[in-house]
Amino acid sequence: MSIHPEVIRLLLFMVGVIAFIALNAAYLVWVERKVAAHIQRRIGPKDVGPCGLLQPLADGIKLMSKQLFAPDGADPILYRLAPVMILVPAVMSFVTIPFSESLAARNINLGLLMIFAFASVGFFGVLLGAWGSRNKYAIIAAARVVSQNVAYEIPLLITLVTVIMVTSTMNLHEIVLQQTGGFWNWNIFQLHASPLMPVSFLIFFICILAETNRAPFDMAEAESELVAGVMTEYPGMGFGVFFMGEYANIVIGACVSTILFFGGWNCPLGLFPGVHWFLIKMYLLIFIVIWIRWTFPRTTFYGLLNLSWKVLIPVAFVNLILTSAFLKVF
Amino acid sequence: MMISHLKEVLNGTWSLFVGMGITIRFFFKPVVTVQYPHEDTPMTPRFRGHIELVADEKTGLSKCVVCLMCQRTCPSVCISITGEKPEGSKRKVLTKYTLDFTRCSLCGLCIESCNFGAITFSNDYNLAGTDKKAYIFDLKKRLEDSNK
Repeated sequence: MSIHPEVIRLLLFMVGVIAFIALNAAYLVWVERKVAAHIQRRIGPKDVGPCGLLQPLADGIKLMSKQLFAPDGADPILYRLAPVMILVPAVMSFVTIPFSESLAARNINLGLLMIFAFASVGFFGVLLGAWGSRNKYAIIAAARVVSQNVAYEIPLLITLVTVIMVTSTMNLHEIVLQQTGGFWNWNIFQLHASPLMPVSFLIFFICILAETNRAPFDMAEAESELVAGVMTEYPGMGFGVFFMGEYANIVIGACVSTILFFGGWNCPLGLFPGVHWFLIKMYLLIFIVIWIRWTFPRTTFYGLLNLSWKVLIPVAFVNLILTSAFLKVF
Repeated sequence: MMISHLKEVLNGTWSLFVGMGITIRFFFKPVVTVQYPHEDTPMTPRFRGHIELVADEKTGLSKCVVCLMCQRTCPSVCISITGEKPEGSKRKVLTKYTLDFTRCSLCGLCIESCNFGAITFSNDYNLAGTDKKAYIFDLKKRLEDSNK
């Protein structure tokens, strides 16, 4: 009896991606704390293992040893479902991300569409978790998250349309192949196709920050106003899974930005393309995300919505119109 | 109207990059925090710790002549001194100087009253303990230990 290769592929994907997500979630927390510390001229975690490298392990053991209980009056199904609802779309989005020429679970024709479809499913987890835990702070946070996601998905998708007009495909693999060669072939520098590509990237990046609920847009977890926002009632590993989902979303955001604008696995000078270049670019983008978090204070909620409706959406529309005009004329 | 809005957006965007420039410069600067239990900072010279005896520069012994002025001045009665007059000596010699730090309010009257400059504030601030007896200091022994 022989095992069907599809089964092996599926197993490899599940094990690989879940390990990748868990490792990233654990060590991005460490990176985040270290970067935060050095920006504030502190040292950060340093006592558990060399340079505090075993700190995530200690945190994980601590979270796992906590009792899991649901508050009185919480919806038993939704309350337990919500952390999974956040993590699963994040895992699914990895299906189509090509880490290198040959390292991808599936080469899906509409990969980009799929990722953003799952991204919209992701925030249902936040909403359901808040509703299920029967806590006023969580519900206020969820209301904010929903309006925030609605507001920021519009400029995000308009920008995406702009990019797709240039690449003329939604297949992530092909998008990277189009950018083969030096950095001058990367989409962000395709100034002859559309001189507004850097603007597109800026809008895209801001929207990614807002979609993943990262500071300065972390309305889902505004700890100074809303205790811990959506996660208020989650103890132990329930909270841990929320956290993993959040970091997985950041990793996906960085992956998609790398693929769309920075040439995926291509080397800046056209030499030795491979998965290492993908990871270097991805982690640089994640570093920028962390750097932004420790630079800017949280915006007010009105500031957040104003930024989207009054600035990002008009600019994204102008960008779309100008890009289509350029593509038509030249 | 439109122009001013646009200007605001551009200025705001630029200010974000300026802010990020500042934080990245701080990122590469050396850390300024002290890892306290593992590291100590030098104490300022005017820090008012508990009192300690001053050693005579020539002999290394205490300057105290057992006049008992500090013991009499102390409002909290936390100093007790004993001394003796050795055979053939003109001056008394200190044999024991006990400070009951559990009652001391660090007023410094003892130091003001001393005419011989024999006591001063120490720089010792690591004074946590679980036993009350640990705070009854034998200052003569402390001076001898510091001379070693």
